Order: sequence, then structure tokens, then C-alpha cells
Amino acid sequence: MPLGDDALILSHRLGEWAGQAPVLEEEVALANIALDLLGQARVLLSLAGDEDELAYLREEREFRNLQLVEQPNGDFAHTIARQLYFSTFQELLFEQLASGDTELAPLARKAVKEVAYHRDHATQWTLRLGDGTDESHTRMQRALDALWRFTGEMFEPLAGLETLPWATFHDVWTTRITATVEQATLRLPEGPQRGAWTAGAGRQGLHTEPFGRLLAEMQHLHRSHPGATW
Amino acid sequence: MTTIAPEEAAQEAAFDATVAADERIEPRDWMPEAYRSTLVRQMAQHAHSEIIGMQPEANWITRAPSLRRKAILMAKVQDEAGHGLYLYSAAETLGTSRDELLDKLHSGRQKYSSIFNYPTLTWADVGAIGWLVDGAAITNQVPLCRCSYGPYARAMVRICKEESFHQRQGYELLLTLSRGTDAQHAMAQDAVDRWWWPSLMMFGPPDDESAHSAQSMAWKIKRHSNDELRQRFVDICVPQAEALGLTLPDPDLVWNEDRGHYDFGSIDWTEFREVLKGNGPCNEQRINRRRQAHEEGAWVREAAAAHAAKHGKAGR
Repeated sequence: MPLGDDALILSHRLGEWAGQAPVLEEEVALANIALDLLGQARVLLSLAGDEDELAYLREEREFRNLQLVEQPNGDFAHTIARQLYFSTFQELLFEQLASGDTELAPLARKAVKEVAYHRDHATQWTLRLGDGTDESHTRMQRALDALWRFTGEMFEPLAGLETLPWATFHDVWTTRITATVEQATLRLPEGPQRGAWTAGAGRQGLHTEPFGRLLAEMQHLHRSHPGATW
Repeated sequence: MTTIAPEEAAQEAAFDATVAADERIEPRDWMPEAYRSTLVRQMAQHAHSEIIGMQPEANWITRAPSLRRKAILMAKVQDEAGHGLYLYSAAETLGTSRDELLDKLHSGRQKYSSIFNYPTLTWADVGAIGWLVDGAAITNQVPLCRCSYGPYARAMVRICKEESFHQRQGYELLLTLSRGTDAQHAMAQDAVDRWWWPSLMMFGPPDDESAHSAQSMAWKIKRHSNDELRQRFVDICVPQAEALGLTLPDPDLVWNEDRGHYDFGSIDWTEFREVLKGNGPCNEQRINRRRQAHEEGAWVREAAAAHAAKHGKAGR
């Protein structure tokens, strides 16, 4: 369920870009990624129960998504930094799950192809923005820095998946992010990847302030018509 | 008095013969300047409509009431962006550029379909847009698959396939609401009441007031008149509304045995003209949102161009 919540919430954030992207090609790309993630969310949530009940009728404290994926879109650089951090992690995780025999293996085998595309898209844009103009360089660095403190949470072992190599995920993730960031003429952010200054861990249902507003918008209509089918 | 050079007369004869034989004009063929500019105008307006048309539906992506509906809506808005891209490319075969066309949209020199200046106030509007607005668009666009300009005709074949899919989804959405709770049924009826007349206006002014119709029909860009297509649309919709269990907001709507068509009430052309002039409910909002997305994205496009220049790749 935490993985389903990650995909659901990040998909929702990307959906907010519809009609507002910097170029038409990105309208298509961002919607495409959002759809992939929503597809993953539906499979993952269905493994845990009824997808719509879980998406629309849980309260903020019951969601288990990462704080990273609930962060507001910000400018295009923030959206790309969030995608880079998350898709690089998701690719590692799904590669591992795809070769395993958990109930997540079939999903992971399909999703790993999608996620490789998401990671490539985020990487290409990190390179363009980092090694583009002075302004885009500054914005991309600012975005990487701003979201860095939410990255540590990704590597906390998940219940039921404790046997996965979480420490290795962190090492490989750091290596890959470092390579991309350096190629983009940017620097790896300094400072802790998590800490006492974050409200808590999304995995425990402790979220950041913008999340409640996201849920209010997402759930409003469904909650206004109890028991209705759509 | 202008003398037509013999060479141009021969080109024009070849063009006329191609059109008369129902063959296609291709980008490198000679064509009358007015044919070219008419097509650029029409294709640009069509492309702009796809792009602006994303807004009223995107308005509901974050509030879609089920994950299935959310996925359908996201996919639809994505298709529209794709249609826009496709149509801009087709227009570019006539010697214009996407940047130039977008600039004309942003500065108000080119138009988009008047329908997208109406607001989506409830979830049912998403269904009404699919059923009525996409339905009207298909009625208009299917004949364009046989349009005399090759790139446009081929674009329309692809676009119409996706549009028909959207239309069925919209119909199915409304059907679910209509058969749902009383509140859902009322929501569906209200949406149809608000979207019916604006959808009929999508076919353009009545034939006797349509400025470009005669020439476009002679060039086989257009195949049927505005009123003909509007009538065809009404005839299709009436039984569909009955199947939906919804009514259409027109007391004059009645089957005419003699004509073999439905008669329908008169359209409020004053409203139509006001919306076209920029005074519809959302004109200001739609164009501002588009301009804002473009302006706020400028630094991203500049970065991509600068990166491409540094690394020797072709960029936009």
C-alpha cells in the first residue's frame, strides 16, 4: 500500500500540470507518466482492497506515501527534480521486485519498463536545465537542494519487504544521481536527507501541510455522494 | 487589369483538375494563395481548439470521482495535446510554423472554437463535453477525412478515431450518472441543458451568413454546409438523449415526417457572436491561462535550445 500511495499521489501532482506545461511535447509526456503511475497505483491499491475506497475515503493520517511525492509541483525544475529522485529510486526497487517472487513481481515486471522511461525523461531534462542557460541552471540547482531533505525516507525498509537490499538501493541511487547531477554541471545537494526538521515520515502517516489540501481536492466529489457509483 | 502568366494558368488548371478528380493536393503542389491561407487559418484554428480545449476538462482531473474515470480523463486530455501537435505539424507543411501560430493565438489574431469559452461547473460537464462537444466535432470532422488537402485529411483520419472513442466514453459517463442517484441524474440533466445549445453553435453561422463556405466547398476543403451538418447532429442526438434518459432543452424539438428530420428551435446567434467577439464566460480566463503557461515555460524552452546548441543536437 505505501507504494500504491506513492504512485497515486505523484500521479495526482503530475495531473495538475495538464494544460500548463512549457511545451506541448511535455503536456503529452507528463500526462503519460501520470497515467503510468495511476495504472500502477490502481494495481497496488487493489491488492490491498477497493481502489476507490482506499483513494477517496482515507484521511490524511492513513496515507502512507512518501513526503517527497506530495510536494507541490513548484516550477518545472522542481517537478523534474522530484521525478528524478523518485523515478531513480522506483526503478531500482522495481528491478529488484521483478526478479523476486512476491505478489508484487508481476506488476514490477510491467512497471519497470515504464519507470525506465520516467527516469530517462527526468534525466534528460535535468541535463537540459542544468546545462542550459544560467537561469535554468540556478533553478535546477535550487530544486535539487529544496527536495533533498525528503529523499532519505525512500530507503526505509518497508513492512513485508524487509529482505530487499535497502542499503544497496541507497548506494546505487546516490551513485546514479551523482552521475546525472555532475553531467548536468550541477552539484549534489549538501545536508541531511532526513531529519528532525521534517514533520515526520510519510510512511507513518505523518505528512507535510500541502498534503491535506491535495486530498481535500481529490476526495471532495467522491465524498459528497456517499455510496454512488461513477 | 492583371494578366495571368501562361505558366500560372497551367498550374491553376492542374490544381482545379486534381480537386475535380477528388485527388489530393500535397505540400509541394502548386496551390492558389487563397487556398493556402484558408487552410492555414482553418488548421491553425483547429489546432488551437485542441490546445485550449484541454482546459475545461483538465479542470476536473484532480477532482475525478473514481480512479478509472481519472485515468480516462487524463488519457483524453493527453490525446488532445497530441491532436494539437499533429495539426500544427500538418499546418507547417503549408509554410508556417508552430511558434508563429501560437503567437497568433496568444495575441488573439487567430481563434479557437467558441465552445471552449464555456465553463465546466460539475463533473457531469465532462460527460456532456464528451457526448455533445466531441460528437459535434466528429460530425464536423469526419467529412474532413476526405478534404482535398492531403496532410489535413490524413491528420483527420487519425484524430477522428480517437475522438469517437472519447465520445463513447462521454456518453457512458452520462449514462452512469443518469442511472445513478437522483443527485447524479440531476447533475447529468443540468450539464446537458447547459451544453446543448453551445454544441449546436459549433457548426458555425447559418449557411446564408457563412462567409467562407462557398469557396471552401468549391475547393473541397468543406464537404457539407453548416446547416446540413447541424441537422445531421440533431438527428443523431435525439434518440441518444432518449436512450440516456435525459431531455434536450428545446421545446420546439419535434420529428418532422415530411422532411425526415427533427425540427428544432432557433439558436441565439447574439450569444454566439458575443462569445466569438471575446465576451463569453471564459474567453479571458482561457487565453490568459494559455499565455501564462507559455510565458512561464519560456525559460524551459530557452534552456532546451541552449543545451541543444552546446551539444550539437537539433532542438526546437
